[in-house]
Amino acid sequence: MKRAEGRTADGLIGWTLRRLLLSVIVVFGAATVTFATLQLTPGDPTYAVLNNPSPPPELVAHVRHDLGFDRPVADQYTRFLGRLATGDLGRSYQLDQPVWRVITAQLGSTVELAAAGFVLALGAAVVLATATAGRRPLVRRASAALELLSVSTPSFWTGIVLLTFLSFRLHLFPATGGTGPRGLALPAITLALGIAGAYTQVLREGLERALDEPFALNSRARGSGETAVRLRHALRHALTPIVTMSGWTMGTLLTGAVIVESVFSRQGLGRTLATAISGHDLPLVTGIVVLAAAAFTLLNIAVDLLYRILDPRLREAAP
Amino acid sequence: MTAVASAERLAGAGDRRVRPGAALAWTFLALVAVAALWPSLLAGHEPNAVDPAHALAGPGAGHPFGTDQLGRDVLSRIVYGTRASVTIGLGATAFAVVAGSVLSTLAALGGRAADELVMRTTDVFLAFPGLLLAMLVVAVLGGSTLNATLAIGMSSAPGFARLIRGQMLVIRESDYVQAARALGRRPLDVHLRHTLPNALPPVLVLATVQVGAAIIGGSSLSFLGLGPKPPTAEWGAMLAEGRSFLAADWAVAVFPGLALTATVVACNVAGRGLQRRFEGRRHVVR
Repeated sequence: MKRAEGRTADGLIGWTLRRLLLSVIVVFGAATVTFATLQLTPGDPTYAVLNNPSPPPELVAHVRHDLGFDRPVADQYTRFLGRLATGDLGRSYQLDQPVWRVITAQLGSTVELAAAGFVLALGAAVVLATATAGRRPLVRRASAALELLSVSTPSFWTGIVLLTFLSFRLHLFPATGGTGPRGLALPAITLALGIAGAYTQVLREGLERALDEPFALNSRARGSGETAVRLRHALRHALTPIVTMSGWTMGTLLTGAVIVESVFSRQGLGRTLATAISGHDLPLVTGIVVLAAAAFTLLNIAVDLLYRILDPRLREAAP
Repeated sequence: MTAVASAERLAGAGDRRVRPGAALAWTFLALVAVAALWPSLLAGHEPNAVDPAHALAGPGAGHPFGTDQLGRDVLSRIVYGTRASVTIGLGATAFAVVAGSVLSTLAALGGRAADELVMRTTDVFLAFPGLLLAMLVVAVLGGSTLNATLAIGMSSAPGFARLIRGQMLVIRESDYVQAARALGRRPLDVHLRHTLPNALPPVLVLATVQVGAAIIGGSSLSFLGLGPKPPTAEWGAMLAEGRSFLAADWAVAVFPGLALTATVVACNVAGRGLQRRFEGRRHVVR
């Protein structure tokens, strides 16, 4: 018995190491794709650096040589990888700052927005799902309709409608540039609405399944009230698929941040990325994209690992 | 035909009845199809007819959804904008399914090394969260409806490739594929005649739900300025332009979004209806 446990723990460590090694390759691949994409982008990056429609030719040549744009692509690629491996993301062309500094300066605002959006979405989904799971058809249908509306409404439109009516008509919230909780409220709600629907749907299905399980019946038989059965027993089971959805959540939050930050003219990584893409700011785009891909890959490993720890059946099923 | 009919009978009366929601969704989609194919049939004005004297007029006679900052009729622009969204929704999904089929075919026929290569490549592409890959692709190709279609298609193709491969792995072990192989058919033959056609239906059903997501993705790109160039009417771009005039006029920013949301809701309702039907059938056939 003890030996078996030791083996699974070893297996878990080995599995994690293998996954981490693979993830390095994946992130390297993602960086290569990004590099290739930006190489293929039409237009001489030198002009993006100079930010001047008709710079003197000697300056163009100087900058081009300085940044290595006159070297062969293969050479630029190896230099790019070398810098990346040492954690050097280069300097932003347009902001003329190290990419690391731009990212760390903008990250806080985006994390704040994403965290607020996530908490709101999860809270709303738990309340709505616990209240409607297994209830009368009319109640469930109403909830299903709300869920459908939530997954079908693009967040930029939600944001614009909230801005129009709550900021410009009723003046309840600052339209742009608001700080503190009042400035965060509308962007966070906009971000949350896009996620809440999918969460509610998953939670409601999970709750309905859990409420049919023997343990729910057992707990009812011991005299627990309906609310207690739902919150203390069924909800725990229903919450596991939300962990599985972490990857989807991160993708949606990131894309959502790009859009919501643009709608509300809020500072953050998302809007920085959108501006960097339209301004051909190669190092900044590469930095943000590669970091996002790395974070995303690590998150997926963490979720799989968590699952293996939570559910011993998985440990034996797959290497 | 008879198989479908009997499957429907077996799947229960609930599935045969046309739900009112589904009927409404299909009716709306028919309207969307007309708007995409013959916009002039539904629009009262030219989409790019500028009339500065009546800019931001708000809903009223002659302009039921009002006019935008250049005095263009919002309703007509919404009607003309349908084509871009429908093209992206259907085109990107079709691209993803075809690319996914090709990739998974390569993986299935090329042996272990090809399978490994295809899977690791999809890993790399799946490492870009959300719309990131699509944004990069449009940055390279430039903004247009076609490029947005390609970008959204490319970012959803790896997911489809994995899905189809998963289906194929199951089907490859089935008796009829084994029998075909035992009869001495060439691998490509077996694949194209048996494995692929049987792996695709569940994927196609899933794809119907993907159409709505592709429409949202396409309009998001355009909202960020990565879609078709102005003055082309496109719902996401109309919302982006309207954003600057929210204080003066709410209509420019509300109605294009309403059209977009209604179309996506209709796609999702119709797609789920199809899914329910086909899933009932699959259970019966098994």
